[in-house]
Amino acid sequence: MDFNDTKEEAAFRADARAFLTANAERRAGARPVLRQSGVDAEAVKRCKAWQAKKAEAGFAGLTWPKAFGGREASPILQVIYNQEEDAFVVPRGLYEIGLGMCIPTMMAYANPEQLDRYVKPALRGEEVWCQLFSEPAGGSDLAALRTKAERDGDDWVINGQKIWTSGAHLSDFGIIVVRTDPNKPKHEGLTFFFLDMKSPGIDIRPIHQMSGARHFNEVFFTDVRVPDTQRLGAVGQGWKVSLTTLMNERLAVGDVQRPEVDDLVELARKVRIDGKPAIQNGAVREKIAEWHARSQGLKFTRFRTITALSKGETPGPENSIHKLVNASKLQDIASYGLDLMGAGGLVVDDDLAEAYAMFQSALLSSPSSRIAGGSDEILRNIIAERVLGMPSDIRVDKGKPFNQVPTGKR
Amino acid sequence: MNFDFSDDLKQLRDQARRFMTERCTPAVVRRSLDGQETYAADLWREIAEMGWIGAAIPEEFGGAGLGYEGLCVLAEEMGRAVAPVPFGSTAYLAAESILTAGSDAQRHEYLPKLADGSLIGCLALSEGSGNPEPSAIHARVVGGRLTGAKWPVADGGIADIAVVVAIDEHRQIGLFVADLAGVRRRDLQTLDPTRNHARLDFDATPVQRLASGGGWGSVQRVLDRAAILFAFEQVGGADACLQMAREYAQERFAFGRPIGSFQAIKHKLADMYVALELARSNAYYGAWALGADATDLALAAATARVSATEAFHLASKENIQTHGGVGFTWAVDCHLFYRRSKQLGLGIGSAPFWKNRLVDLLETRNVA
Repeated sequence: MDFNDTKEEAAFRADARAFLTANAERRAGARPVLRQSGVDAEAVKRCKAWQAKKAEAGFAGLTWPKAFGGREASPILQVIYNQEEDAFVVPRGLYEIGLGMCIPTMMAYANPEQLDRYVKPALRGEEVWCQLFSEPAGGSDLAALRTKAERDGDDWVINGQKIWTSGAHLSDFGIIVVRTDPNKPKHEGLTFFFLDMKSPGIDIRPIHQMSGARHFNEVFFTDVRVPDTQRLGAVGQGWKVSLTTLMNERLAVGDVQRPEVDDLVELARKVRIDGKPAIQNGAVREKIAEWHARSQGLKFTRFRTITALSKGETPGPENSIHKLVNASKLQDIASYGLDLMGAGGLVVDDDLAEAYAMFQSALLSSPSSRIAGGSDEILRNIIAERVLGMPSDIRVDKGKPFNQVPTGKR
Repeated sequence: MNFDFSDDLKQLRDQARRFMTERCTPAVVRRSLDGQETYAADLWREIAEMGWIGAAIPEEFGGAGLGYEGLCVLAEEMGRAVAPVPFGSTAYLAAESILTAGSDAQRHEYLPKLADGSLIGCLALSEGSGNPEPSAIHARVVGGRLTGAKWPVADGGIADIAVVVAIDEHRQIGLFVADLAGVRRRDLQTLDPTRNHARLDFDATPVQRLASGGGWGSVQRVLDRAAILFAFEQVGGADACLQMAREYAQERFAFGRPIGSFQAIKHKLADMYVALELARSNAYYGAWALGADATDLALAAATARVSATEAFHLASKENIQTHGGVGFTWAVDCHLFYRRSKQLGLGIGSAPFWKNRLVDLLETRNVA
């Protein structure tokens, strides 16, 4: 065992670091970078400028084919780049979904002319993409989606509603999966398209989240026309295409968030129980130890994944462990930190709150971490079925035409 | 980065797994469980002949010189097989104490014999209830003679020598080696009859002090290193439990379907898997820290210990739960792991002790 880069990896790391040093500011201080609650016009400008710079230097789309501006690099180099970038302040939040999920799906299914038209502008950050999958009736059971598309000449006409669409209001294009045949069983009646987000009939409304932020959108479709040439995959093959997109999601989501265990240790030194620093309290120590063990366990599990990547292996469903553990840990640490603060934990005013209010902020944002990109329950199913080989659940909708599947009031 | 065992060590692990599956069958384990034998002496002899006991002992002291990563992969297979042999007592505790605290002469005297199986070793630390700490040590060495009672001592009833934690004339903690030939001892009944435990009553027993075994630090150092090796046994045991539960959940039907198709069972198994993988990753880091004698070895050890103890406890109890009523019978092997989980989890200090130590180490790290 060793923690050293190979010669090639070390050379790449040095290149990446040189690029970042020359073009970005090194991160300083303890203040956490909180998850962006929304991207305003100024932030969009910064994101676009940074992406252009990154693409020009060849650090965007590292694993992509050279023909599309990539380097055809091994995924390990992407990991290395991300590690290096984490030490710098760079604008984020605009391209993760487009470049991480939408364009890879395009590369698998779009025709050469379309790829020529769309891939490079996306890589350079000139055009922003979003992903239109989830629906009010299709969350964990995504394939239960109801937005429909009907054929009309050379076009399809889309009606319905999508939800939880990150960055829809900032996007130029989107990928969408819709129901084209409600008489077929759930998974068989779906078809996949990409579309222009400025098309007539698209109405985008931000969702006011419980955290107060407005990061996601509802997107309503009223007679939106999409040419058949923008279909990805065959009619009725939309589920298969969606899986290509979702495979990329689990790799994209799940970065380390604050507060971490070290933040809790720092807090426990400061606040007091029984006239002594809380860190001297046995119950507090026990909690800290348990979270440290989980946190380190995840860190070293990631090292094992990186090792596998480095050997050219592809990480599989076992990767679900990261988000499953991290999301609950975040929520639990946030809640416990507030408990240590007592009544003061209620306060979020910048000038009064402990630790930049990161515990309060995480308390309110962490429920979404346990849901987005596969809920805790779905991730446990994935581990049980695809890693441990448990039989799939008995499904009452199996083989039934979609329009005869029972639905509830919600 | 290469955070994995080498191909050679993976081969060793596979070889050990095949060997243990063949020779350390449940029937063998149950001979100790049912009191027909104190430990699996034939199996122990074969393990010695393959050089596994001395895997991490340098060749100049009669070991195989495979390094700590080698000993770690073997430890995992001992745990997986709930092996009724004094492997940990001899290799991780006695040999490690002598290797880390003994003089060259002491190493030459004992290590070759521990490595080839001609001596069984053990660590005599506990004096009844309570976790390891200096104030709990009353056994006393005066004029080179040891007096005091130690219990429970894992493998104390079958060991030839013991490394004993005791205080000297100056009330300093030290590590001493005692020949157990003339020592009064009594086998104890414990939660895990597949492992021998005894009470040792020393009465002016001649001992020799391990050269650099002075102060509580030298004891803690032995415990830290052993914690990593025992973590691999715990990981092996937890993995065995998860595999048992998996197979049972696939084959057992209720309400007309395999119980593994119910989410209540799926999620239980997923939680066992998550705990196991976190423990495995922490143990791997411990293996690296042992091999590299890393500066954060103590923290790595406490982390590995906390993680592995939790994983094995969870896996062993939920394996019984997955099996339902049949899992509560003497005939089904679930309880072998449940018992071993506690044996391993208590032996060198329990979870509260190691959690407290972990935070001690975190605090000093953050100050430094």
